[in-house]
Amino acid sequence: MADDKKVTLSVFRYRPEQDGEPVFQEYQVPYHDDWVVLDALNWIKDNLDGTLAFRWSCRMGVCGSCGMMVDGVPRLTCATFLRDYYPSPIRVEPLANFPVERDLVITLDDFMDKLKSVKPWIIREGNNSPAVAEYLQTPTQLAQFKQYSMCINCMLCYAACPIVGLEPHFLGPAATALAMRYNLDSRDQGADQRQEALGDEHGAWGCTFIGECTEVCPKDVDPAAALQQAKVAGVKKWYRGVVLPRGGR
Amino acid sequence: MSEAIQHDVVIIGGGGAGLRAAVAAAEADPKLSVALVSKVYPMRSHTVAAEGGAGAVIKGNDSLDAHASDTIRGSDWLADQDAVEIFVNEAPRQLIQLEHWGCPWSRDPDGHVAVRPFGGMKIERTWFAADKTGFHLLHSLFQTSLKYDRIVRYDEWFATKLLVNDGRCEGLTAIELRTGQLRHIAAKAVILCTGGGGRMFPFTTNGSINTGDGMALAYRAGVALKDLEFVQYHPTGLPGTGILITEAARGEGGILVNKQGRRYLQDYNLGAPLDVHDPRHPQKNTMELGPRDKLSQAFMHEREKGNTIEGRYGDVVHLDVRHLGQRKIDKKIPFVRELCKNYAGIDPVYELIPVRPVVHYMMGGVHTDVNGATPLSGLYAAGECACVSINGANRLGSNSLAEILVFGARAGQAAAQLALQRSSPNVTVLDAQAADEQRRIARDYINKTGGSQRIVDLRTEMNTAMESGAGIYRTEASLKQTCQTLAQLRQRAGDLKLDDRSLCFNTELTAALELDFMLEVAQSLAHCALARTESRGSHQRTDYPKRDDQRFLKHSMAYRTEDGPPRIEDRDVVITRWPPGERVYGS
Amino acid sequence: MRKPYVRPMPWTWFLRTAAYRRFMIRELTSVFIAAYLVFLLVWLHRLGEGPEAFGKMLQATRTPWSVVLHVLALAAAVYHSVTWFNLTPQVMPVRIGEERLPHSAVAIAMGYLPWLVLSGLIIWGVLR
Repeated sequence: MADDKKVTLSVFRYRPEQDGEPVFQEYQVPYHDDWVVLDALNWIKDNLDGTLAFRWSCRMGVCGSCGMMVDGVPRLTCATFLRDYYPSPIRVEPLANFPVERDLVITLDDFMDKLKSVKPWIIREGNNSPAVAEYLQTPTQLAQFKQYSMCINCMLCYAACPIVGLEPHFLGPAATALAMRYNLDSRDQGADQRQEALGDEHGAWGCTFIGECTEVCPKDVDPAAALQQAKVAGVKKWYRGVVLPRGGR
Repeated sequence: MSEAIQHDVVIIGGGGAGLRAAVAAAEADPKLSVALVSKVYPMRSHTVAAEGGAGAVIKGNDSLDAHASDTIRGSDWLADQDAVEIFVNEAPRQLIQLEHWGCPWSRDPDGHVAVRPFGGMKIERTWFAADKTGFHLLHSLFQTSLKYDRIVRYDEWFATKLLVNDGRCEGLTAIELRTGQLRHIAAKAVILCTGGGGRMFPFTTNGSINTGDGMALAYRAGVALKDLEFVQYHPTGLPGTGILITEAARGEGGILVNKQGRRYLQDYNLGAPLDVHDPRHPQKNTMELGPRDKLSQAFMHEREKGNTIEGRYGDVVHLDVRHLGQRKIDKKIPFVRELCKNYAGIDPVYELIPVRPVVHYMMGGVHTDVNGATPLSGLYAAGECACVSINGANRLGSNSLAEILVFGARAGQAAAQLALQRSSPNVTVLDAQAADEQRRIARDYINKTGGSQRIVDLRTEMNTAMESGAGIYRTEASLKQTCQTLAQLRQRAGDLKLDDRSLCFNTELTAALELDFMLEVAQSLAHCALARTESRGSHQRTDYPKRDDQRFLKHSMAYRTEDGPPRIEDRDVVITRWPPGERVYGS
Repeated sequence: MRKPYVRPMPWTWFLRTAAYRRFMIRELTSVFIAAYLVFLLVWLHRLGEGPEAFGKMLQATRTPWSVVLHVLALAAAVYHSVTWFNLTPQVMPVRIGEERLPHSAVAIAMGYLPWLVLSGLIIWGVLR
């Protein structure tokens, strides 16, 4: 096959045991019109440089492992096609706003903590679930929270949001969307318990509605909407607390 | 060598089965400390990619016996019927539990959980969450697991070996990826939930992480791998990538057509096709809703007849869902539409989807009883890496998501009970074993210089050997060739040329270890396939085309030997109320 | 051995992408809105001080500088309004059964339409 088209990848490298600072390394990779950036990275690792480290698994956009910055934009590298950049060189970096562990691998400890901080599980008062059967939930009720349940935890939204970079304690888009997913679920009764994490100055109120999180989300979760709705819900709750201090819910 | 970490129960693998086992163990007793070790963050486990649904009896028109009968028939009578009876009995309870834990099951208008038809089942019983059931199930389980502080997670710890002392499994060694340190965890019970090994094959729905790790760990600890030769090819994967197009597309009425536009399944004893606009279409247990092994085999026959369509990545047939209409597609199988547009360059609302069979699931695995216990005291297994067996020679779609919950919970409970009774392991002995393992890894990988074999070459050759010799149709010659190739590859794997010497997040090291696991399991698989001189379910021998209950209504049990080929014994299948019969589909 | 690397975030971060730059401009339009509010308050105060004070104010607003500032303020106000109308559907989604009204419908119903109607009424009232 006379298919010898090539494309250049400029890849962020960082080896903590030897580098003080990151460097960019250039690789010439075969170009195929149906290859994604992840295919190119795997080709580099298999054939040119076994030391390149990056995360991936499902390669179909559902596991959330392979998020990286491609030409400065947070993308799932398994869903980013070389043909949309060829013949220009492609710059690949680890997700912004996270510490870099090694090469394209980021440290996501804070993110995991933020997810946990919103108590992302069904909370019932007094453990009163129907013993044998399911909760009844109409398709309309399911539609209330469905969109927010689609988050694959890929963290592209955190990489897109400058507030995450400026204010490390900011709860952030995905964690807020997850909180709203449960608050809006008709089976859940735990909105009050999530209010501390949401209503905090670093909670939903840290958001200035830049909206880039929604722009980059590969699953149309619309976390920006979740953040604003969390603010509105928080205000309503506050008013109810003031006007009906004992009866409001 | 750092100190042993001590827990009561340690679970290897953070997917559906692992998380379910962790929660079950945590709920068994508040005194228990439960460790969950996973080489990836749990949300990345391949359960996340499952699409179609989870099967359980919940509607009035259904019965436990019907689910059992469909499953046993689908298994070509190789499933253990006592295990199947337990499975169908507990599946509804587990799926309701998931619902209570927030899983957003799709609903009927009255608010009850909805079900849809699935392959090989005479009555519809597949619960679904649009067409991302595995994703929703995994995330609901993972988020629920965060409730329990006594579940301690070790994310991105790569298990390398089980620690066995005095006939008991008492822990494991694992590389903490971010530091490269070899750590060890001592426990009273260990549960393997590491999934399948589809990456032994070149075209698979599986993710990069499905490399048979737990199967190899158990095998090396002396536990038998059961029914390894049974590998399921899912009939509808995208060509090239192998990305899964869910059976639900057929459950909603999608049809398979060949080059001539003919619904070719009618030529393979799967019934007669109804018009797609007939209200009775899709007919259960018929045509496109037949069992996966027969559909994949039909493709191979069509290809031989020249009826398949030539594509860039080999031959395909077409899956046609256009008649469902955009609204139904966007409501019931939206992920299918997204995948086709991204990875096949077509919009299934208007165009035909190119599909072909790809490796999807391993029916075989670590031999366990109905409580997930292996013969090695203290070692349990659940999920795809285990073989109870409820799937026998061929698994029905939507039984796996239910299986991981039922047996994940059972294994978790059984392991918890054992841990409550048992005293703590002798850590000194385990420390010594861990130190040995640390030396092995340093010697064979980190500090290894020179070498001539590249990981990618060995992996590619393994893939080719498996697909050509141990694919959908096998012969003695093809299997013998594969066995020979694998033996050579195993030898060559002792001489790897590695680039990465670092300790921090060394993924070349993990790739090498995974290759090692895969080669070992693949070799065992090929030998088991060679030994089974009959055709049953997904194991088809063109030289032995008939099912032979006389000699082979038995499980194959592969035991590791020092020199390569496994020692294969057999084990009777448990038959309770369903005597072996003909597998009839099409009505 | 771990040594996670934290990439510094420069104070000029908002210059990095077109989306960030547009965001900053949107935020800056609030300055113009606030300034115009102050102007209106002064205007009202002068009105209350009698025709002579008010006459002087009117003359001041007719200078070229003032006209330029007013045009800029109008442009900023329009940009401010348009961006916020477009964002309203994310703040207040409207659901009918299982379906959600498209963003454009909500933006028009809750933003553009009332804006046009009110502006029309005011202009008609002034020109009458």
